[in-house]
Amino acid sequence: MEVTININGTPETHDVEPRLLLVHFIREKAGLRGTHWGCDTSNCGTCVVWLDGKPVKSCTVFAAMADGRSVRTVEGLEQGGKLDPVQEGFMECHGLQCGFCTPGMLMTSRALLDANPDPTETEIREAISGQLCRCTGYENIVRSVRWAAEKEASTEEVTA
Amino acid sequence: MQVPAPFTYERATSVEHAIALLGELGPEARVVAGGHSLIPMMKLRLARPDALVDINGLGAELAQIRVDGDDLVIGSLARHADLLGSAVAGEHFPIFHDAEKVIADPVVRNFGTVGGSLCQADPAEDLAAVFAALDGVATLRGPAGVRQVRVRELHVGPYETVLAPDELMLELRVAIRPGGGSAYEKVERRVGDYPVAAAGAAVWLDGDTVRDVGIGLTAVGAEHFAAPEAEAALRGQPATEESFRAAGQLAAEHCNPSADQRGPVDYKRHLAAELTTRALLRAAARARGQEA
Repeated sequence: MEVTININGTPETHDVEPRLLLVHFIREKAGLRGTHWGCDTSNCGTCVVWLDGKPVKSCTVFAAMADGRSVRTVEGLEQGGKLDPVQEGFMECHGLQCGFCTPGMLMTSRALLDANPDPTETEIREAISGQLCRCTGYENIVRSVRWAAEKEASTEEVTA
Repeated sequence: MQVPAPFTYERATSVEHAIALLGELGPEARVVAGGHSLIPMMKLRLARPDALVDINGLGAELAQIRVDGDDLVIGSLARHADLLGSAVAGEHFPIFHDAEKVIADPVVRNFGTVGGSLCQADPAEDLAAVFAALDGVATLRGPAGVRQVRVRELHVGPYETVLAPDELMLELRVAIRPGGGSAYEKVERRVGDYPVAAAGAAVWLDGDTVRDVGIGLTAVGAEHFAAPEAEAALRGQPATEESFRAAGQLAAEHCNPSADQRGPVDYKRHLAAELTTRALLRAAARARGQEA
Protein backbone atom coordinates (compact mmCIF):
# COMPACT_ATOMS: atom_id res chain seq x y z
CA MET A 1 0.00 0.00 0.00
CA GLU A 2 1.09 3.57 -0.64
CA VAL A 3 1.71 5.58 2.49
CA THR A 4 2.48 9.30 2.68
CA ILE A 5 3.77 10.72 5.93
CA ASN A 6 4.86 14.30 6.36
CA ILE A 7 8.17 14.00 8.19
CA ASN A 8 9.67 17.24 9.48
CA GLY A 9 7.70 19.14 6.83
CA THR A 10 8.66 16.92 3.91
CA PRO A 11 6.12 14.47 2.46
CA GLU A 12 7.54 10.96 2.19
CA THR A 13 5.57 8.61 -0.05
CA HIS A 14 6.53 4.95 -0.21
CA ASP A 15 4.95 1.66 -1.15
CA VAL A 16 5.03 -0.47 1.99
CA GLU A 17 3.55 -3.58 3.53
CA PRO A 18 0.88 -2.80 6.15
CA ARG A 19 3.01 -4.55 8.74
CA LEU A 20 5.88 -2.07 8.37
CA LEU A 21 6.40 -0.22 11.63
CA LEU A 22 6.66 3.55 11.69
CA VAL A 23 10.20 3.40 13.09
CA HIS A 24 11.33 1.38 10.04
CA PHE A 25 9.47 3.69 7.64
CA ILE A 26 11.38 6.61 9.14
CA ARG A 27 14.77 4.87 9.12
CA GLU A 28 14.67 2.64 6.04
CA LYS A 29 12.22 4.38 3.70
CA ALA A 30 12.79 8.03 4.56
CA GLY A 31 16.46 7.41 5.38
CA LEU A 32 16.34 9.36 8.63
CA ARG A 33 18.55 7.37 10.97
CA GLY A 34 18.41 9.79 13.89
CA THR A 35 15.43 7.92 15.33
CA HIS A 36 16.80 4.81 16.95
CA TRP A 37 15.24 1.38 17.03
CA GLY A 38 15.84 -0.28 20.38
CA CYS A 39 13.86 -2.80 22.39
CA ASP A 40 11.04 -3.29 19.87
CA THR A 41 8.66 -3.81 22.81
CA SER A 42 7.64 -0.20 23.62
CA ASN A 43 9.74 -0.22 26.78
CA CYS A 44 12.94 1.68 26.00
CA GLY A 45 11.61 4.76 24.21
CA THR A 46 14.58 5.51 21.98
CA CYS A 47 12.18 5.35 19.00
CA VAL A 48 10.00 8.20 20.31
CA VAL A 49 8.87 10.63 17.61
CA TRP A 50 6.00 13.08 17.51
CA LEU A 51 2.87 11.96 15.70
CA ASP A 52 0.59 14.92 15.07
CA GLY A 53 2.43 16.79 17.81
CA LYS A 54 2.45 14.10 20.51
CA PRO A 55 5.35 11.84 21.48
CA VAL A 56 4.69 8.19 20.60
CA LYS A 57 6.82 5.07 20.49
CA SER A 58 7.26 4.52 16.77
CA CYS A 59 8.04 0.80 17.18
CA THR A 60 4.44 0.33 18.28
CA VAL A 61 2.65 2.17 15.47
CA PHE A 62 2.28 0.83 11.92
CA ALA A 63 3.40 3.25 9.22
CA ALA A 64 -0.02 2.75 7.65
CA MET A 65 -1.61 4.24 10.78
CA ALA A 66 0.44 7.42 10.22
CA ASP A 67 -0.63 7.77 6.58
CA GLY A 68 -1.64 11.38 5.94
CA ARG A 69 -0.34 12.48 9.32
CA SER A 70 2.67 14.51 10.48
CA VAL A 71 5.75 13.16 12.17
CA ARG A 72 8.57 15.11 13.78
CA THR A 73 11.84 13.33 14.40
CA VAL A 74 15.06 14.35 16.11
CA GLU A 75 16.27 15.72 12.76
CA GLY A 76 13.37 18.17 12.94
CA LEU A 77 14.51 19.76 16.21
CA GLU A 78 17.19 21.94 14.64
CA GLN A 79 15.65 25.06 13.15
CA GLY A 80 17.44 27.21 10.58
CA GLY A 81 20.84 25.74 11.38
CA LYS A 82 20.39 26.34 15.14
CA LEU A 83 20.16 23.52 17.61
CA ASP A 84 17.09 23.33 19.78
CA PRO A 85 17.78 24.39 23.39
CA VAL A 86 17.23 20.80 24.56
CA GLN A 87 19.95 19.65 22.17
CA GLU A 88 22.23 22.39 23.51
CA GLY A 89 21.34 21.36 27.06
CA PHE A 90 22.33 17.74 26.41
CA MET A 91 25.70 19.01 25.08
CA GLU A 92 26.27 21.45 27.93
CA CYS A 93 25.32 19.07 30.74
CA HIS A 94 26.70 15.82 29.32
CA GLY A 95 23.16 14.44 28.90
CA LEU A 96 24.46 11.49 26.93
CA GLN A 97 27.34 9.08 26.87
CA CYS A 98 26.67 6.40 24.26
CA GLY A 99 23.82 8.42 22.76
CA PHE A 100 21.53 5.51 22.02
CA CYS A 101 18.58 6.78 24.06
CA THR A 102 19.17 10.42 23.11
CA PRO A 103 16.80 10.89 20.15
CA GLY A 104 13.83 9.68 22.21
CA MET A 105 14.92 11.66 25.25
CA LEU A 106 15.21 14.83 23.16
CA MET A 107 11.76 14.44 21.60
CA THR A 108 10.08 13.81 24.96
CA SER A 109 11.98 16.68 26.58
CA ARG A 110 10.97 19.10 23.82
CA ALA A 111 7.31 18.07 24.25
CA LEU A 112 7.59 18.50 28.02
CA LEU A 113 9.01 22.02 27.77
CA ASP A 114 6.36 23.03 25.22
CA ALA A 115 3.65 21.96 27.68
CA ASN A 116 5.44 22.98 30.87
CA PRO A 117 8.25 25.53 30.37
CA ASP A 118 9.44 25.36 33.99
CA PRO A 119 9.31 21.70 35.06
CA THR A 120 10.52 20.46 38.43
CA GLU A 121 12.99 17.62 38.65
CA THR A 122 10.09 15.29 39.55
CA GLU A 123 8.13 16.40 36.50
CA ILE A 124 11.12 15.79 34.25
CA ARG A 125 11.68 12.34 35.71
CA GLU A 126 7.98 11.57 35.27
CA ALA A 127 8.06 12.75 31.63
CA ILE A 128 10.97 10.48 30.72
CA SER A 129 9.82 7.57 32.87
CA GLY A 130 8.90 5.52 29.81
CA GLN A 131 12.45 5.69 28.48
CA LEU A 132 15.63 3.93 29.43
CA CYS A 133 19.15 5.31 29.67
CA ARG A 134 21.89 2.92 30.69
CA CYS A 135 24.75 5.44 30.88
CA THR A 136 23.83 8.60 32.74
CA GLY A 137 21.71 7.32 35.60
CA TYR A 138 19.33 10.04 34.35
CA GLU A 139 20.99 12.71 36.51
CA ASN A 140 22.57 14.51 33.59
CA ILE A 141 19.48 14.17 31.46
CA VAL A 142 17.45 15.91 34.15
CA ARG A 143 20.12 18.64 34.36
CA SER A 144 20.10 19.00 30.59
CA VAL A 145 16.36 19.56 30.47
CA ARG A 146 16.56 22.07 33.32
CA TRP A 147 19.38 23.85 31.46
CA ALA A 148 17.14 24.11 28.38
CA ALA A 149 14.22 25.38 30.46
CA GLU A 150 16.38 28.07 32.04
CA LYS A 151 17.90 29.07 28.71
CA GLU A 152 14.44 29.42 27.17
CA ALA A 153 13.20 31.46 30.15
CA SER A 154 16.17 33.84 29.91
CA THR A 155 15.80 34.16 26.12
CA GLU A 156 12.15 35.06 26.59
CA GLU A 157 13.05 37.73 29.14
CA VAL A 158 15.51 39.27 26.70
CA THR A 159 13.00 39.28 23.84
CA ALA A 160 10.26 40.61 26.14
CA MET B 1 13.66 -7.89 14.69
CA GLN B 2 10.06 -8.64 15.53
CA VAL B 3 7.86 -8.74 12.43
CA PRO B 4 4.13 -9.35 12.63
CA ALA B 5 2.54 -11.82 10.22
CA PRO B 6 1.10 -10.17 7.10
CA PHE B 7 -2.37 -8.67 7.29
CA THR B 8 -4.56 -6.39 5.24
CA TYR B 9 -5.12 -2.89 6.52
CA GLU B 10 -8.34 -0.92 6.25
CA ARG B 11 -9.05 2.52 7.59
CA ALA B 12 -12.56 3.17 8.88
CA THR B 13 -14.12 6.52 7.97
CA SER B 14 -17.13 6.23 10.30
CA VAL B 15 -18.51 3.95 13.00
CA GLU B 16 -20.87 2.38 10.44
CA HIS B 17 -17.96 1.83 8.07
CA ALA B 18 -15.87 0.19 10.83
CA ILE B 19 -18.69 -2.23 11.67
CA ALA B 20 -19.29 -3.01 7.99
CA LEU B 21 -15.55 -3.66 7.49
CA LEU B 22 -15.46 -6.00 10.50
CA GLY B 23 -18.42 -7.90 9.02
CA GLU B 24 -16.81 -8.17 5.58
CA LEU B 25 -13.38 -9.14 6.87
CA GLY B 26 -14.66 -11.84 9.21
CA PRO B 27 -13.83 -13.04 12.70
CA GLU B 28 -10.04 -12.93 12.23
CA ALA B 29 -10.09 -9.16 11.71
CA ARG B 30 -9.27 -6.92 14.65
CA VAL B 31 -9.86 -3.29 15.47
CA VAL B 32 -6.69 -1.29 16.00
CA ALA B 33 -6.91 1.91 18.03
CA GLY B 34 -3.77 2.78 20.02
CA GLY B 35 -2.39 -0.66 19.25
CA HIS B 36 -0.12 -0.58 22.29
CA SER B 37 -1.30 -4.00 23.45
CA LEU B 38 -2.26 -5.52 20.10
CA ILE B 39 0.87 -4.59 18.12
CA PRO B 40 3.34 -6.05 20.67
CA MET B 41 1.26 -9.26 20.64
CA MET B 42 1.31 -9.27 16.83
CA LYS B 43 5.09 -8.87 16.85
CA LEU B 44 5.39 -11.92 19.10
CA ARG B 45 2.77 -13.64 16.89
CA LEU B 46 0.67 -14.29 19.96
CA ALA B 47 -1.96 -12.43 17.93
CA ARG B 48 -2.23 -13.04 14.21
CA PRO B 49 -5.17 -11.14 12.78
CA ASP B 50 -5.87 -11.42 9.04
CA ALA B 51 -6.88 -7.80 8.87
CA LEU B 52 -6.78 -4.62 10.92
CA VAL B 53 -9.52 -2.02 10.91
CA ASP B 54 -7.96 1.27 11.98
CA ILE B 55 -10.41 3.47 13.87
CA ASN B 56 -7.96 6.25 14.75
CA GLY B 57 -9.74 8.60 12.35
CA LEU B 58 -12.98 8.41 14.35
CA GLY B 59 -11.89 10.72 17.17
CA ALA B 60 -14.68 13.22 16.58
CA GLU B 61 -17.23 10.46 17.16
CA LEU B 62 -15.47 8.32 19.73
CA ALA B 63 -12.94 10.30 21.76
CA GLN B 64 -15.14 12.68 23.76
CA ILE B 65 -15.13 12.85 27.56
CA ARG B 66 -18.22 14.67 28.80
CA VAL B 67 -21.12 14.75 31.22
CA ASP B 68 -24.43 13.71 29.70
CA GLY B 69 -27.33 14.11 32.14
CA ASP B 70 -26.34 12.15 35.25
CA ASP B 71 -23.61 10.16 33.50
CA LEU B 72 -19.95 10.70 32.87
CA VAL B 73 -19.35 9.51 29.31
CA ILE B 74 -15.91 8.45 28.11
CA GLY B 75 -15.47 7.70 24.42
CA SER B 76 -13.76 4.39 23.70
CA LEU B 77 -11.10 6.15 21.60
CA ALA B 78 -10.15 8.60 24.38
CA ARG B 79 -6.41 8.23 24.98
CA HIS B 80 -5.14 7.45 28.46
CA ALA B 81 -3.55 10.91 28.45
CA ASP B 82 -6.95 12.45 27.63
CA LEU B 83 -8.55 10.75 30.62
CA LEU B 84 -5.66 11.74 32.89
CA GLY B 85 -5.99 15.32 31.66
CA SER B 86 -9.78 15.45 31.91
CA ALA B 87 -10.89 17.83 34.65
CA VAL B 88 -14.50 16.66 34.44
CA ALA B 89 -13.53 13.00 34.87
CA GLY B 90 -11.25 13.83 37.81
CA GLU B 91 -13.85 16.03 39.47
CA HIS B 92 -16.50 13.30 39.56
CA PHE B 93 -14.27 10.22 39.80
CA PRO B 94 -10.72 10.87 41.04
CA ILE B 95 -10.12 7.11 40.70
CA PHE B 96 -9.57 7.75 36.97
CA HIS B 97 -6.68 10.10 37.64
CA ASP B 98 -5.21 7.79 40.33
CA ALA B 99 -5.22 4.90 37.86
CA GLU B 100 -4.15 6.78 34.74
CA LYS B 101 -1.09 8.18 36.51
CA VAL B 102 0.20 4.62 36.87
CA ILE B 103 -0.98 3.06 33.61
CA ALA B 104 2.00 2.30 31.35
CA ASP B 105 4.19 5.42 30.92
CA PRO B 106 3.51 8.97 29.70
CA VAL B 107 4.45 8.28 26.07
CA VAL B 108 2.38 5.09 25.85
CA ARG B 109 -0.52 6.99 27.45
CA ASN B 110 -0.46 9.42 24.51
CA PHE B 111 -1.61 6.72 22.12
CA GLY B 112 -3.17 3.83 24.09
CA THR B 113 -6.94 4.10 24.43
CA VAL B 114 -9.53 3.45 27.14
CA GLY B 115 -11.66 1.19 24.94
CA GLY B 116 -8.62 -0.64 23.64
CA SER B 117 -7.49 -1.47 27.18
CA LEU B 118 -10.90 -2.82 28.12
CA CYS B 119 -11.31 -4.84 24.91
CA GLN B 120 -7.82 -6.30 25.19
CA ALA B 121 -9.07 -7.87 28.45
CA ASP B 122 -5.61 -8.40 29.87
CA PRO B 123 -6.03 -9.80 33.41
CA ALA B 124 -3.54 -7.22 34.68
CA GLU B 125 -5.23 -4.26 32.99
CA ASP B 126 -6.16 -1.43 35.36
CA LEU B 127 -9.24 0.15 33.84
CA ALA B 128 -11.35 -3.01 34.05
CA ALA B 129 -11.06 -2.84 37.84
CA VAL B 130 -11.72 0.91 37.83
CA PHE B 131 -14.91 0.49 35.82
CA ALA B 132 -15.86 -2.54 37.94
CA ALA B 133 -15.56 -0.39 41.08
CA LEU B 134 -17.69 2.34 39.48
CA ASP B 135 -20.08 -0.20 37.91
CA GLY B 136 -19.60 1.43 34.51
CA VAL B 137 -21.54 0.40 31.45
CA ALA B 138 -20.11 -0.06 27.96
CA THR B 139 -22.07 0.81 24.84
CA LEU B 140 -21.39 -1.68 22.05
CA ARG B 141 -22.59 -1.37 18.49
CA GLY B 142 -22.86 -4.08 15.87
CA PRO B 143 -24.77 -4.51 12.63
CA ALA B 144 -28.00 -5.21 14.55
CA GLY B 145 -27.74 -2.05 16.63
CA VAL B 146 -26.58 -0.84 20.00
CA ARG B 147 -26.49 -2.72 23.31
CA GLN B 148 -25.35 -1.85 26.82
CA VAL B 149 -23.15 -4.21 28.83
CA ARG B 150 -21.94 -3.67 32.39
CA VAL B 151 -18.14 -3.68 32.40
CA ARG B 152 -18.52 -6.34 35.11
CA GLU B 153 -20.06 -8.57 32.45
CA LEU B 154 -17.76 -7.57 29.60
CA HIS B 155 -14.90 -9.96 30.27
CA VAL B 156 -15.39 -13.69 29.98
CA GLY B 157 -11.77 -14.64 30.59
CA PRO B 158 -8.20 -13.57 29.87
CA TYR B 159 -8.14 -11.71 26.53
CA GLU B 160 -11.80 -12.60 25.94
CA THR B 161 -14.83 -10.33 25.96
CA VAL B 162 -18.50 -10.62 25.09
CA LEU B 163 -18.00 -8.43 22.01
CA ALA B 164 -18.98 -10.14 18.76
CA PRO B 165 -16.32 -9.99 16.03
CA ASP B 166 -18.26 -7.25 14.26
CA GLU B 167 -19.08 -5.20 17.34
CA LEU B 168 -17.34 -1.97 18.25
CA MET B 169 -17.16 -0.42 21.71
CA LEU B 170 -18.41 3.17 21.41
CA GLU B 171 -18.29 4.60 24.93
CA LEU B 172 -18.30 3.97 28.66
CA ARG B 173 -20.88 5.44 31.01
CA VAL B 174 -20.63 5.90 34.78
CA ALA B 175 -23.59 7.16 36.80
CA ILE B 176 -22.79 10.27 38.87
CA ARG B 177 -24.40 9.83 42.28
CA PRO B 178 -24.24 12.19 45.27
CA GLY B 179 -22.10 11.44 48.34
CA GLY B 180 -19.49 9.49 46.42
CA GLY B 181 -15.72 9.18 46.51
CA SER B 182 -13.30 6.91 44.69
CA ALA B 183 -9.63 5.92 44.65
CA TYR B 184 -7.14 3.49 43.09
CA GLU B 185 -4.05 1.97 44.70
CA LYS B 186 -1.43 0.01 42.77
CA VAL B 187 1.87 -1.66 43.47
CA GLU B 188 4.19 -2.08 40.49
CA ARG B 189 7.86 -2.89 40.35
CA ARG B 190 8.69 -0.01 38.03
CA VAL B 191 6.98 2.40 35.66
CA GLY B 192 5.36 0.61 32.74
CA ASP B 193 5.49 -2.86 34.25
CA TYR B 194 2.41 -4.94 34.86
CA PRO B 195 1.04 -4.40 38.37
CA VAL B 196 1.90 -6.83 41.12
CA ALA B 197 -1.61 -6.06 42.34
CA ALA B 198 -4.00 -3.13 42.44
CA ALA B 199 -7.37 -2.25 43.91
CA GLY B 200 -9.98 0.38 43.15
CA ALA B 201 -12.83 1.50 45.38
CA ALA B 202 -15.86 3.70 45.08
CA VAL B 203 -18.02 4.47 48.10
CA TRP B 204 -21.21 6.41 48.57
CA LEU B 205 -21.87 7.57 52.11
CA ASP B 206 -24.99 8.48 54.08
CA GLY B 207 -23.40 10.35 56.96
CA ASP B 208 -21.07 7.78 58.47
CA THR B 209 -22.72 4.77 56.87
CA VAL B 210 -21.66 3.07 53.66
CA ARG B 211 -24.76 3.39 51.46
CA ASP B 212 -23.14 1.67 48.49
CA VAL B 213 -19.69 0.49 47.52
CA GLY B 214 -17.84 -0.90 44.51
CA ILE B 215 -14.50 -2.71 44.71
CA GLY B 216 -12.34 -3.62 41.71
CA LEU B 217 -9.23 -5.80 41.75
CA THR B 218 -6.41 -5.99 39.19
CA ALA B 219 -3.99 -8.83 38.49
CA VAL B 220 -5.12 -11.06 41.36
CA GLY B 221 -7.46 -13.39 39.50
CA ALA B 222 -10.70 -11.80 40.73
CA GLU B 223 -13.65 -12.88 38.64
CA HIS B 224 -14.82 -9.94 36.51
CA PHE B 225 -12.19 -7.80 38.28
CA ALA B 226 -14.64 -7.33 41.18
CA ALA B 227 -15.02 -8.25 44.86
CA PRO B 228 -18.78 -8.79 45.34
CA GLU B 229 -18.44 -10.59 48.70
CA ALA B 230 -16.55 -7.66 50.23
CA GLU B 231 -19.01 -5.18 48.74
CA ALA B 232 -22.04 -7.06 50.14
CA ALA B 233 -20.45 -7.22 53.60
CA LEU B 234 -19.63 -3.52 53.62
CA ARG B 235 -23.00 -2.13 52.50
CA GLY B 236 -24.84 -0.60 55.44
CA GLN B 237 -21.80 -0.77 57.72
CA PRO B 238 -20.16 2.22 59.44
CA ALA B 239 -17.52 3.86 57.23
CA THR B 240 -14.62 3.13 59.56
CA GLU B 241 -11.13 1.75 59.13
CA GLU B 242 -12.28 -1.42 60.92
CA SER B 243 -15.04 -2.03 58.36
CA PHE B 244 -12.67 -1.30 55.49
CA ARG B 245 -10.03 -3.72 56.84
CA ALA B 246 -12.68 -6.45 57.12
CA ALA B 247 -13.73 -5.76 53.52
CA GLY B 248 -10.10 -5.89 52.40
CA GLN B 249 -9.71 -9.29 54.05
CA LEU B 250 -12.83 -10.60 52.31
CA ALA B 251 -11.62 -9.28 48.95
CA ALA B 252 -8.29 -11.05 49.48
CA GLU B 253 -9.93 -14.34 50.49
CA HIS B 254 -12.14 -14.45 47.40
CA CYS B 255 -9.55 -13.56 44.76
CA ASN B 256 -7.31 -16.09 43.10
CA PRO B 257 -3.80 -14.75 42.41
CA SER B 258 -1.13 -16.73 40.57
CA ALA B 259 2.50 -16.89 41.61
CA ASP B 260 4.89 -15.42 39.05
CA GLN B 261 8.05 -13.31 38.87
CA ARG B 262 6.11 -10.46 40.46
CA GLY B 263 5.50 -12.38 43.66
CA PRO B 264 4.09 -15.44 45.39
CA VAL B 265 0.40 -16.01 46.05
CA ASP B 266 0.58 -15.00 49.73
CA TYR B 267 2.18 -11.67 48.93
CA LYS B 268 -0.39 -10.86 46.25
CA ARG B 269 -3.23 -11.79 48.58
CA HIS B 270 -1.71 -9.56 51.24
CA LEU B 271 -1.58 -6.74 48.69
CA ALA B 272 -5.20 -7.35 47.65
CA ALA B 273 -6.28 -6.87 51.28
CA GLU B 274 -4.04 -3.89 52.00
CA LEU B 275 -4.65 -2.05 48.73
CA THR B 276 -8.42 -2.58 48.99
CA THR B 277 -8.35 -1.13 52.51
CA ARG B 278 -6.27 1.87 51.44
CA ALA B 279 -8.47 2.52 48.41
CA LEU B 280 -11.59 2.39 50.60
CA LEU B 281 -10.04 4.77 53.14
CA ARG B 282 -9.11 7.29 50.48
CA ALA B 283 -12.43 6.92 48.67
CA ALA B 284 -14.28 7.59 51.94
CA ALA B 285 -12.07 10.59 52.75
CA ARG B 286 -12.86 11.99 49.33
CA ALA B 287 -16.59 11.33 49.77
CA ARG B 288 -16.37 13.40 52.97
CA GLY B 289 -14.46 16.15 51.16
CA GLN B 290 -11.41 15.57 53.37
CA GLU B 291 -9.06 14.74 50.51
CA ALA B 292 -8.76 15.89 46.92
